[in-house]
Amino acid sequence: MTSLLKRSAAAFAITASLLSVPAAALAQDGNAITVTYKDDIATLDPAIGYDWQNFSMIKAIFDGLMDYEPGTATLRPGLAESYEISPDGKVFTFKLRDGVQFHNGRAMTAEDVKYSFERTVNPATQSPGAGFLGSIEGFDAMQGGTATELSGVRILDPKTVEVTLSRPDATFLSVMALNFSFIVPKEEVEKSGADFGRNPVGTGAFKLAEWTLGQRLVLAKNADYYREGAPKLDGITFEIGQEPVVSLLRVQNGEVDVPGDGIPPAKFREVMGDPGQATQVVEGVQLHTGYITMNTKAAPFDDLKVRQAVNMAINKDRIVQIINGRATPANQPLPPTMPGYVEGFEGYRYDVEGAKKLLAEAGHEGGFETELFVANVDPQPRIAQAIQQDLAAVGIKASLQSLAQANVIAAGSSAEGAPMIWSGGMAWIADFPDPSNFYGPILGCAGAAEGGWNWAKYCNEALDEKAAAADAMVDPGQAAERAAAWGEVYKGVMADAPWVPVFNEKRYTMRSARMGGDDALYIDPVNTPMNYRYVETK
Amino acid sequence: MAIYLARRLFQAVLILLGVSLVTFALLYLLPADPARQIAGRTASAAQVAGIRTQLGLDQPFLVQYARYLGNLVQGDLGRSYLQRSEVAALIWARLPASLLLMLAAILCELALGLTMGMLAAVRRGRASDHALMVTSFVTVSAPQFVVGLLLLYVFAVRLGWFPIGGYGTFAHLVLPALTLGILGAGWYARMMRSSMVDVLRQDYIRTARAKGLRRWTILVRHALPNAILPVVAMIGIDIGLFMSGIVVVESVFGWPGIGQLAWQAIQRVDLPIIMGVTLVSAVAIVLGNLLADLVTPFVDPRIKLK
Repeated sequence: MTSLLKRSAAAFAITASLLSVPAAALAQDGNAITVTYKDDIATLDPAIGYDWQNFSMIKAIFDGLMDYEPGTATLRPGLAESYEISPDGKVFTFKLRDGVQFHNGRAMTAEDVKYSFERTVNPATQSPGAGFLGSIEGFDAMQGGTATELSGVRILDPKTVEVTLSRPDATFLSVMALNFSFIVPKEEVEKSGADFGRNPVGTGAFKLAEWTLGQRLVLAKNADYYREGAPKLDGITFEIGQEPVVSLLRVQNGEVDVPGDGIPPAKFREVMGDPGQATQVVEGVQLHTGYITMNTKAAPFDDLKVRQAVNMAINKDRIVQIINGRATPANQPLPPTMPGYVEGFEGYRYDVEGAKKLLAEAGHEGGFETELFVANVDPQPRIAQAIQQDLAAVGIKASLQSLAQANVIAAGSSAEGAPMIWSGGMAWIADFPDPSNFYGPILGCAGAAEGGWNWAKYCNEALDEKAAAADAMVDPGQAAERAAAWGEVYKGVMADAPWVPVFNEKRYTMRSARMGGDDALYIDPVNTPMNYRYVETK
Repeated sequence: MAIYLARRLFQAVLILLGVSLVTFALLYLLPADPARQIAGRTASAAQVAGIRTQLGLDQPFLVQYARYLGNLVQGDLGRSYLQRSEVAALIWARLPASLLLMLAAILCELALGLTMGMLAAVRRGRASDHALMVTSFVTVSAPQFVVGLLLLYVFAVRLGWFPIGGYGTFAHLVLPALTLGILGAGWYARMMRSSMVDVLRQDYIRTARAKGLRRWTILVRHALPNAILPVVAMIGIDIGLFMSGIVVVESVFGWPGIGQLAWQAIQRVDLPIIMGVTLVSAVAIVLGNLLADLVTPFVDPRIKLK
């Protein structure tokens, strides 16, 4: 037995030494930083990546024709040096920047732009963002398989691309700054095939240096990056598989610079109560609204009075307390920092007696029974319980259906729908900072079909027309008018009350003492958890 | 022996086939639509239907299952719906970490459990025996999540002896292996104690004592080899226990093994990964049990495999 033990110990030691990799570089080394995440990075393919974790990494590796001023939601030209919009708002002509190279050394041309758009739209790519390019002429033909090219994308010369839309689309420039329209080199995509997401090659500020599946991803500075003065860091190491609580401890130990998943809800008060840690916290707003949907196509929520009553029954201040004040109560679908948000709008005030009265008028004096679906990840079930209690106070008995996120989504988008859903954990965070982004898929008629994201099954055709009219105001000079038009659309939505807007979540992120740069870079509205291109070390 | 092995391998294939069928059926029944997950929130119903057809998800259950088996035989576990990578590659990349952790945990539980069991048997009825058995009871009952966090807090955060989670060096391995091993150590301690108590009652031990051998020699040279046999045969069965344990322990310690992969896939309802990890775990459990049975005749010549 002793020899057996000895042998196993020896075998074990050998295996251990074979499997060991150099200990992760400490955060303090040079001008490179360490960021942690709990979950695997799903993919770095810009046509496929669609979660907030890989969004910002993809933005560090690739570029689009358009870009944002760091730390803001203001558009600026990216790979395009300049652009022109035709008077009817349907033709966009982009002049490409000189001297932009992919990480493999090849110069980027207009061919790459056309190839990249078509790749995203091609049904074989199975891009979850293909629909964003839906206004380009020829989209339907290519999605339907009757064309292999986008007829709306024309190469005028190697440095000029003309994109023709099938309808005026004021959001098109924002879409050009979204990862689904980022520019990829054809030869690299073809070389890697379906694994391009593991071997990303772009024009971005960082290039892939190492990726050990499930462990770490290392990005190295692209010295040939086209923008002067960026990136400021020499490299970023993402360590994967770290519990948020553990990441927080490591930030305190100086081993980690930014906990990518933020401050876990259970630790929030402790961190904010500790002066040493609280100074490392950066607070910001995000383009997010948490809401309750009511199925407007089925009794009892097909009755406007019932939906209004529910709007009045929910005590939003208390729900904000439950999440330690990490949000502000909402009264309309758009978050306050979004253009189109209606200042001074009050929505439905918390009024239990008023709610009871409306329910009685709708013929539900004794209340009714219903179901509230919720994602089973903390703190969502606790929030749902608060909603349940508020509903009980006006006589509505809601039973909680606490399920995995994918199952809640499936229930909401099924043909029959779900009576009520608390959107937390699956809630809408804007893909780009534009008011239309909160309407189309989640409140418009198109999303109300089976499989859509409009869980309230809400469809008001008059509002759909108003929304289309607002999006036809392409001229940047009409921005204020367009925002006001969108404000009217959302006021119209609130009159029909398909949702209870509950709160706009704030974002809290942390950075180690040695991290520098403007606070705004860490709460950048389009880069979570931070703008990797512009943050720096002190 | 060869016939026995052939029969057992045949049985193993049948078991795995059963596991695959049940898992596949359960995942098929889940009310989540992979095509919709892939298509994203901007997709029209036609786009979703197109993806469903591309993935063959519109086919009847048996056709889908047969196609899965066909690919499986060629070593193809499919591609993850969300990561779009080959499942086999994802599992393969993480398997070494899980195997290393399991090996370390087995050593840990044997070292701890056998020592505790032996001491308790020798000191049977005394206070130290009771203390050891209560300890083993606690380690068996303690949830691994709690044990893991406790060890992390005390030895990594407070004392700073070990790194706070992660992977790469021997120091990283100690706490997760201990967390996983402590549970098994409790079982081994109890088994070892009762087995040792039985052996110490045997006549040959009395004879040895009568010959005037030293107590230590009796214990290590004469009693231990016999007492340890039934205990060691349990290791194969442990693998099933570990497979469930690593899901929790790997998540707590950020250990990049297949348990963590499974946990993420379950949260994201990434069916091909769940399916793949289940099958790989089933293979490990079946092989572990087979190995345990094959080893038994070597440690106890009275047992013959037929």
